[in-house]
Amino acid sequence: MGFFLDAWTWLATGSNWTGGDGVVHRLGEHLYLTAVCLGAACLIALPAGLWLGHVGRGGALAVNISNAGRAVPTFAVLVLLTLSPLGKQGDLPTIIALVLFALPPLLTNTYVGMRETDRDVVEAARGMGMSGRQLLARVEVPLAFPLIMTGVRSAAVQVVATATLAALPGGGGLGRIITAGFGTYDTPQVVAGAALVAALALLVEGVLVVAERFLDPMRGRRRGGGKPQPSTDGPRSGSPSRSTPDKFDEKVIPAQPTA
Amino acid sequence: MSGVDGLYGADAALAGAAGKAGGDCLSANEWICPEYVTSRGQELADATAQHVWITVVSVVLALLVAFPLALAARRWQRAYGPVLGLTTILYTVPSLAMYALLLPLFGVGASVVVTGLVLYSLTVLVRNILAGLESVPDDAREAARGMGYGPGRLLFGVELPLSLPALMAGLRIATVSAVALTTVGAIVGFGGLGNLIYEGMDSFFKAQVLTASVICVLLAVLADVLLLGVQRLLTPWVRAGARKPRRGRDAGRGPGEDGGAGGPEPGGPVDTVPAAAGKEA
Repeated sequence: MGFFLDAWTWLATGSNWTGGDGVVHRLGEHLYLTAVCLGAACLIALPAGLWLGHVGRGGALAVNISNAGRAVPTFAVLVLLTLSPLGKQGDLPTIIALVLFALPPLLTNTYVGMRETDRDVVEAARGMGMSGRQLLARVEVPLAFPLIMTGVRSAAVQVVATATLAALPGGGGLGRIITAGFGTYDTPQVVAGAALVAALALLVEGVLVVAERFLDPMRGRRRGGGKPQPSTDGPRSGSPSRSTPDKFDEKVIPAQPTA
Repeated sequence: MSGVDGLYGADAALAGAAGKAGGDCLSANEWICPEYVTSRGQELADATAQHVWITVVSVVLALLVAFPLALAARRWQRAYGPVLGLTTILYTVPSLAMYALLLPLFGVGASVVVTGLVLYSLTVLVRNILAGLESVPDDAREAARGMGYGPGRLLFGVELPLSLPALMAGLRIATVSAVALTTVGAIVGFGGLGNLIYEGMDSFFKAQVLTASVICVLLAVLADVLLLGVQRLLTPWVRAGARKPRRGRDAGRGPGEDGGAGGPEPGGPVDTVPAAAGKEA
């Protein structure tokens, strides 16, 4: 436990927070990289996922891209990009890697969210004469919102983690505090840097969870309002909750004679 | 990247045409170099072996820890939230930070990497085991109880087999993620192929970085395919039942009404994981 006290001492030392290698500067780099890359990835993946989900195409792509993203080690991609000619372009290899690894969770979750909107509700909206755009904006996106936000959260956590790894091939960010500590066998610094990174990741996740609550277009009208459960989860409580249009038919229709 | 490779490839062709001595691509520091594979075969094999044992040990340990945790979460409603919450928090911690935080507890060694991977795998495994157990139809449970099954026999004879598809889906995700995450263990010298990537990064050894990266991806794919095969063998009834729609939603609808591409659920309830569940770095 002594190491953790030493790490606390490291964090409490003012000189560790200032200067080019200081926490403040590294945190700034980390936040900048995270914001830019998450933004860029959202700009690319959200429209693509929404469109694919809306027209119902590219399901295999959307699912496989997340499997591929999981199998490819981020560390390897960072090093490969750094050794390539792109490596001479400053932060560019880091930014490319960060955007690349943020895409799969965004694309997959958006697509799955769009496809899992209740088809009956979509049919009904179409029957009411909604155009494709109205359908997308008023029905599909609000219903898919929790999964879309899950994608954004996964992507954000992914970006924070990858930005940490970018320190290994010499990129900026809080990871540099950890790698610098490894370089000088300064375990308290390693632990302090790791604690900062972990705190940042949890903070980003927490902020996005709160944002999801406030931005949810169906706020207060969704069952539970929490995280989406795995699809086979089914209703755990026996009472048929009528306030949930997206689950309504699953519970009621099978109980009626279907013939 | 491919453009760059093409450029270097052209160089290599020229060098080859100019003729000569083995090891040309090594001295030219090219990305693709068969010479590297033949001359450092032993190094590659050792790194791959380390990669595989770290991954396998981690996933097996994670499974052994996740199962009781999931059972506890199911048994005691009060444990449900904390178990899921804690594993999710662990999952959020970036890999480099996770290994760094475990360093003072274990010292430099493989146990840092293995423990980190176990903690990561827990999230996916606990969630999927729970989802699997919850997907067991109450009818099956009732029938087993009626036949005189005790709680233990019910769990291992009925519930566990029926939750295998979800469990195996989680196991595949955990394993593939673990293969990728092991590379980061290079920071403490136990990253399997990651060690080679790390060395190659420091010495700008392109062939070593690319070869180790490619083997790493191949390992992940191989592990996934192997586990998929195991899953097929263990759950023959899933394919047999796949023809009949089992979900209420499908049952409430005529056969022709499903407007085309029926969403991302090929072959029934195999992939029960939320698509988000995956840890890459």
